[in-house]
Amino acid sequence: MSRSLPVLTVTAVLIALWYLAVIPMNATWEYDQARRAGTELPFTEMVARTMAQERPVLPAPHQVVIGLYQQTVGCDAVGRRMCRETTPLTVQGFGQRVVAAFTSNRSLVYHAGVTLSATMLGFLIGTGGGILLAIGIVYNRAMDASVMPWAIASQTIPIIALAPMIIVVLNSVGISGLVPKAIIAAYLSFFPVVVGMVKGLRSPDAMQMDQMKTWSATGAQVFARLRLPMSMPYLFASLKVGIAAALVGTIVGELPVQEGGLGVRLLSGSYYGQTIQIWAALFAAAILAAGLVGIVGLIERRVLARMGMKR
Amino acid sequence: MSDTAAALAETPAAARAGEGQPVIEARGLNLTFHTNDGPVHALKDVDLTIGKGEFVSFIGPSGCGKTTLLRAIADLEHPTGGSLTVNGMSPEAARKARAYGYVFQAAGLYPWRTIEGNVRLPLQIMGYSRAEQAERARKVLELVELSGFERKFPWQLSGGMQQRASIARALAFDADILLMDEPFGALDEIVRDRLNEELLKLWARTGKTIGFVTHSIPEAVYLSTKIVVMSPRPGRITDVIDSTLPAERPLEIRDTPEFIAIAHRVREGLRAGYEDS
Repeated sequence: MSRSLPVLTVTAVLIALWYLAVIPMNATWEYDQARRAGTELPFTEMVARTMAQERPVLPAPHQVVIGLYQQTVGCDAVGRRMCRETTPLTVQGFGQRVVAAFTSNRSLVYHAGVTLSATMLGFLIGTGGGILLAIGIVYNRAMDASVMPWAIASQTIPIIALAPMIIVVLNSVGISGLVPKAIIAAYLSFFPVVVGMVKGLRSPDAMQMDQMKTWSATGAQVFARLRLPMSMPYLFASLKVGIAAALVGTIVGELPVQEGGLGVRLLSGSYYGQTIQIWAALFAAAILAAGLVGIVGLIERRVLARMGMKR
Repeated sequence: MSDTAAALAETPAAARAGEGQPVIEARGLNLTFHTNDGPVHALKDVDLTIGKGEFVSFIGPSGCGKTTLLRAIADLEHPTGGSLTVNGMSPEAARKARAYGYVFQAAGLYPWRTIEGNVRLPLQIMGYSRAEQAERARKVLELVELSGFERKFPWQLSGGMQQRASIARALAFDADILLMDEPFGALDEIVRDRLNEELLKLWARTGKTIGFVTHSIPEAVYLSTKIVVMSPRPGRITDVIDSTLPAERPLEIRDTPEFIAIAHRVREGLRAGYEDS
């Protein structure tokens, strides 16, 4: 309770501000319509209408929530027949709709699944690659001097410019589908892992290294028993950044591919001026990111508690 | 020398076996660090012989090279001149032959390992079997009176207990030499007194050769059979005092005239070192 109260307060304030912003953002269109129809538009009527536009400049929060429902397990997503035959109010009906939503390409559940699969693959590639690079940087002087500037430079290139090139190049060598998107996700997520792991693997102090030497420990033993365990807190901090970056990378990668995913929903929403769809997809992405970061955080707490590294 | 022999005569048989055989020998030992401000003579012309079963303290102000000497014995620093042998071998060969256990100023226990896990760590690295690891961990934890704390994590123990665990870890693989670099420096006086008493008991029971670096005159006099007084710039030995105190040393021995006389001589040695530098 002590933690949820401030969070709820901030959320309530944000929602109130959002509602306030909706009125001026959407008012122009309403006044325009009224002038063309030659009717007078009273203020209260105008306010009510700005909250219920079909293609608002800024959708009201409740429109986004309804849109999110409609585009996940609502009638828009699961099809007319399913909509007629089931109700989301019973456990069984809700379950049937969720199952249907997984395969319906009009549902955000399906698109989130597409995004999630590429995100996870990219995250695994990025994390694995990041850890290997970090090991190389820590153990190899040449890599120490050469890799980091390139890694930093790689992150200064806008991914939106790079993504289509990666897809075209990979497509020309016959790789398409999940992998190119995952590569783009990995491109963004390896960097925090490299930075965190280099710091983590170097965190043992001189005394701890001397101690290992007094036991004549081999390099592999120093790595496995000292450097790697000591790097765990750093690794998890990096993984939280990395998984969110992988999601962003995947969404960017989806834009030119057009094979489904939240990125595709965002883009098609903007093509057709479906602002509610854009916002619903945006929220779906945010919920997905929060869930992924939350899962990493949960694993982090478990692992570090087991390792006696209480935070 | 006869005084040391007399003191040793009262230690148990384990300590007497092979008594007096030189374990650590330094002849004309020099060690120079090259820094940006020019060379620093950490050790200059050090001659020292430490016999088996002796408890030798190295005392002196900061920068006198006492820690450097201990680290050179442990093969953590490389002398730039002279000769140094440990058990008749080079320090490197001695380290690989597991000749010594080293206790640092900080306990340096791994927070993700239990106390037992920490004691097992060097044994795992050295490839002991699981059963033997367990047996040795049990034995050394009993020796430092930490039985019953095997499953605790380091943060659950006091500083003094953590340092005892680190001593247990250094003893776990049966090294004949125990090198200790200000092991109790970060602990308060009361805990320190107790650990000093326990360390003497442990030494009497195991008959190890101990090299002990300290800043404290009473600690050095109370523990040692031999006190090596060092002085800085360049780091060198100014006096080697063989203790005339008996092997049996209750804490009250610190009030006897004999104790005070030795402490006085150590203090004089330290002062002389300051005056010539």
